[in-house]
Amino acid sequence: MAQKTKLYYFDGRGKMESVRWLLAAAGVEFEEEFLETREQYEKLLKGGSLIFQQVPMVEIDGMKMVQTRAILNYIAAKYNLYGKDLKERALIDMYVGGTDDLMSFIMTFPFLSAEDKEKQRALIVQKATSRYFPAYEKVLKDHGQDFLVGNNFTWADVHLLEAIFMVEEKKTDVLSGFPHLQAFKTRISSIPTIKKFLEPGSQRKPVPDDKYVETVRRVLCMYNDIKAD
Amino acid sequence: MSGKPKLHYFNGRGRMESIRWLLAAAGVEFEECFLETKDDLTKLQKDGSLMFQQVPLVEIDGMKMVQTRAILGYIAAKYNLYGKDLKERALIDMYVEAITDLNELLMTHTFQPADKKEQHFATIVDKATNRYFPVYEKVLKDHGQEFLVGNRFSRADVQLLETLLMAEECKPDILAKFPLLQSFKARISNIPTIKKFLQPGSQRKPPLQEKDVPKLMKIFH
Repeated sequence: MAQKTKLYYFDGRGKMESVRWLLAAAGVEFEEEFLETREQYEKLLKGGSLIFQQVPMVEIDGMKMVQTRAILNYIAAKYNLYGKDLKERALIDMYVGGTDDLMSFIMTFPFLSAEDKEKQRALIVQKATSRYFPAYEKVLKDHGQDFLVGNNFTWADVHLLEAIFMVEEKKTDVLSGFPHLQAFKTRISSIPTIKKFLEPGSQRKPVPDDKYVETVRRVLCMYNDIKAD
Repeated sequence: MSGKPKLHYFNGRGRMESIRWLLAAAGVEFEECFLETKDDLTKLQKDGSLMFQQVPLVEIDGMKMVQTRAILGYIAAKYNLYGKDLKERALIDMYVEAITDLNELLMTHTFQPADKKEQHFATIVDKATNRYFPVYEKVLKDHGQEFLVGNRFSRADVQLLETLLMAEECKPDILAKFPLLQSFKARISNIPTIKKFLQPGSQRKPPLQEKDVPKLMKIFH
């Protein structure tokens, strides 16, 4: 009997969302325990489940894994979404690194003041349209294939799709200069596991709101100010 | 015949230092091209070498690799410093990602404004001695082996050593309460390739001095 995969995090996107996307893309069922109170978090800490005292934490294959990148690497490799050799892996890691950097601008967004939010929104759009999207548009244009790496569906495709959706939430027509990315988005969204994840009722989390911010601050006792980049 | 890997960065540690450590640990010779001015960076950006307009850039095996993690992952796997299977890799990744978090704190210390420096220093010491070092001390204590993962030298050992040394530069007695980390440090430092890298004249870079910060800002901002 296979062990269940269980995610420990807040009921919201944050750093766990990429893990949800990847598990869903791989067709892997998972459970979730949502941190609502400080007491729950302290219980996890005292029980030794969080080796660096942080979430995300994912119970998978008998391990209590922490560190988002470690978790994602493991899942990608286990479910054959990490390319067929070292060089494909290198490309995937490069591409994922870029989308990760792009999404990190969005990660702090909910915690900013209203004024800083507007500044950050402009920064996100600027970075997306002048640095990141052109890079992926070029990759797709140059090889003319359906997927980013090795003519096969990989983690890089999942991560880019996630990033595209997140940036579009900040500016709906942000893909207008990128025809290959538009086609990519349609194509990857139609993959059955992804399509299912995009439907209402899935474990995909909505855009973070004030309630999410309040929960995170309360659980982590994180009341210091976060500034825009 | 493939050429040596070529590193493009400024003449200092920053995000390239972990790459220098890993190549050195693997016994791989490499060349370096130092960015001295903003024009040097602009030139690389314009000629399409930098996928995301950023350094580090490492030319290796016909690829122009960017993104520090990607570069480190490739080198580690190529030179068998990434564990023997998925589960060892998972442990190595967990350990290395946390070390990277601590490294980020150490790296940004020189850039802190004067009024934030003391607070930042306190944060570094607190995180190092209460969050990170206890974990690695316990790992070594629990299995009693010489290396962090799989009883074999891996990138996790290299990156931990790098960080321990950087932390000591920040506060010389920071390892006082961690006897196993102290012996780990001595042991890993004695590995021939590492020993060589720790000697004067190697490609290891010194800590960033405050006087060098303005020049750096000119290149990157």
